[in-house]
Amino acid sequence: MPATEMLSGAEILLRALKDQGVDTVFGYPGGAVLPIYDALFQQNAIRHILVRHEQGAVHAAEGYARSTGKVGVVLVTSGPGATNAVTGLVDALMDSIPVVCLTGQVPTHLIGNDAFQEADTTGITRPATKHNYLVKNVDDVGRVIHEAFYVARSGRPGPVVVDLPKDILINKGVYAGMPTAPHKSYRPVLDPDPAAIATAIRMLKSAKRPIIYAGGGVINAGPEASRLLTEFVHLTGFPCTNTLMGLGAFPASDPQFLGMLGMHGTYEANLAMHGCDVMLNIGARFDDRVTGRLRDFSPGSLKIHADIDPSSVNKNVRVDCAIIGDAGRILAALIAAWKADAAKPDTGALAAWWKQIEQWRARDCLRFRQDMDPSSIIKPQHAIRRLYELAQETGKDTFITTEVGQHQMWAAQFWKFERPNRWMTSGGLGTMGYGLPAAMGVQIAHPDALVIDIAGEASILMNIQEMGTLAQYRLPVKVFILNNEYMGMVRQWQELLHGGRYSESYSAALPDFVKLAESFHAVGLRATKVGELDDVIREMLRVDKAVIADICVDKGENCFPMIPSGAAHNEMILGAEDEGPKKGGGPGVTEEGMVLV
Amino acid sequence: MLKVLMPDHDLSTRQAVISVLVENEAGVLARVIGLFSGRGYNIDSLTVAAVDEDKHLSRITIVTSGTAMVIEQIKAQLDRLVPIHKVADLTMEGPHIAREMALFKVAGVGEKRVEALRIADAFRARVVDATTESFVFEMTGATDKLDAFAALMRPLGLVEVSRTGVVAIARGPKGIHG
Repeated sequence: MPATEMLSGAEILLRALKDQGVDTVFGYPGGAVLPIYDALFQQNAIRHILVRHEQGAVHAAEGYARSTGKVGVVLVTSGPGATNAVTGLVDALMDSIPVVCLTGQVPTHLIGNDAFQEADTTGITRPATKHNYLVKNVDDVGRVIHEAFYVARSGRPGPVVVDLPKDILINKGVYAGMPTAPHKSYRPVLDPDPAAIATAIRMLKSAKRPIIYAGGGVINAGPEASRLLTEFVHLTGFPCTNTLMGLGAFPASDPQFLGMLGMHGTYEANLAMHGCDVMLNIGARFDDRVTGRLRDFSPGSLKIHADIDPSSVNKNVRVDCAIIGDAGRILAALIAAWKADAAKPDTGALAAWWKQIEQWRARDCLRFRQDMDPSSIIKPQHAIRRLYELAQETGKDTFITTEVGQHQMWAAQFWKFERPNRWMTSGGLGTMGYGLPAAMGVQIAHPDALVIDIAGEASILMNIQEMGTLAQYRLPVKVFILNNEYMGMVRQWQELLHGGRYSESYSAALPDFVKLAESFHAVGLRATKVGELDDVIREMLRVDKAVIADICVDKGENCFPMIPSGAAHNEMILGAEDEGPKKGGGPGVTEEGMVLV
Repeated sequence: MLKVLMPDHDLSTRQAVISVLVENEAGVLARVIGLFSGRGYNIDSLTVAAVDEDKHLSRITIVTSGTAMVIEQIKAQLDRLVPIHKVADLTMEGPHIAREMALFKVAGVGEKRVEALRIADAFRARVVDATTESFVFEMTGATDKLDAFAALMRPLGLVEVSRTGVVAIARGPKGIHG
């Protein structure tokens, strides 16, 4: 291509996307982006997926990104197109998901004039993104797009907005191709400081009650980082727990896995965190859902924090050793240093620690009682367990997305993730309506895989319009609704904290989900009692179409174990019978905890 | 190599003078201010101006206060903004000079007017505007010197003050990129 070839801004944009290896864009057209849609029409390299709402486009791009490790791409118009995308952008920011969102903008000469469908997109999305750009010159389009992809995927990944005024998309300019020089100011540290690695190894080798706590940073560092984590855990013989975002980074079936930790984590994971003497956190951020009451969080331990983002270190929890870098490179360095170090770990103490952990594990904190009489009401946990078991029988590569609430936590507790990138859930922002569009993005990236959105009847209605997208692109996504006719987690908190006053948490006037599925050209199924459950799941998995399975479950079931807000790890509630003396708000709930979310 | 400092459990607050070298581009100041307001950090003073036209660099000087842990967070949060080249905590990194400039308008006649001029002289403030019933004094110095001058001018007819906020630089031969 001669360097002097004159192209429109929209053509430059598509060339730059192609050079970035983009094959799919999730979007919705509008006036300001018509030049891009016209350019898209005249090429075949990039596939455009027409969503039904811009929030869905961003979540779909997140699902695509999380299941492939690539950058997800969104294309929306100016004004409402951009503002509708904001929830998705913040979701991607909180969960560190690489997304590039292209927004249309009114022509440059109208910016600031309150033009039709004008919004201050860069102003609105500044705190909603890792970075954003307003392109004011057609010759900058290529450079800015490449920079946006670099920023989105480098360091701690995140969403980047590129705002493109309509005249810039029409004007002719020059495309200079891929950049050759490194970024001027943004160069995150990837390789860990050897001194920090040495300090960490010294602490780990002297540990008597160690634990490894791994998060989404390991997943973001690529599948090799998950392999290295598994290698390191096996090498050390230490117990390993994962955060909600980290599920799949370590195989759930491994005997050294303690399950998820945190508010609805396992008894053994939380008590091991509380009682450990050395903690290694890799790629997690000491979120409040993980730590519980900060001043009582793992009070007697030396803490090592490995993270790519220096601002995560000492933000919530003061640590004794910080390692800044890419999780994969840190794990490789830790493995090498562990092997090279002559000191022997205290195997006697480790054996005693495991004995203690096995006692905690023996409490079987996730147990539930399912009456197997065929006419019995379905327990939500049982529904997920059967879904898991029957999905295994298909032998298909399976990806799970969720909405937000009780069903999400049960999915995290009961699904056994053996590999990374198979679990997509809104962790940081807690966005109801995430799961269906995310599943859509996953299915686009993995056409032959089994993709299931484990949903609640309230969450699913927040982006139900995307059923139309599933139909248009024949995406056989399975929507598995645990229908308890309540915003279950809200109801649970109202039961535990607000005297059972179920203010506005009842899902009134629900649609008939079977008919709803059918009206969107999908298959609708329903199970109302245990005897019907397996048949419904089998049929859902058999059908090569989008399915909504409406699983009517026990309306009063609560999600346990639970560490109430403001409580410490060792104050967790194991189940309804464990709720202790009721005072004030409810079991284990302090005045201080009441004000927390 | 970015060194992570280990703040202790000290809950006492301190003031910090932070110099930030940024790309001179649209929105960069909004990013910095948004970071402070969004995360609830204090801004005692903030100044910004282009310092290198060729390299498109601006320098922001922020005076803030907080516990050691909060100040460390502020620096780390600033450092991860994409258009930021360098963050330096002048308060921690050795001796530095911090100055601000202010204009003071003082109106009065007779003895008060003479007294104002006498004090201005003692403070080495310059008279940059004068009428028969007013002065505008210009003064450059450390923040507390300006505060002291303003306090003395108040009973003598201080009408208004305009201050630049603090600019600061480290002592010695090394630059911020040092």
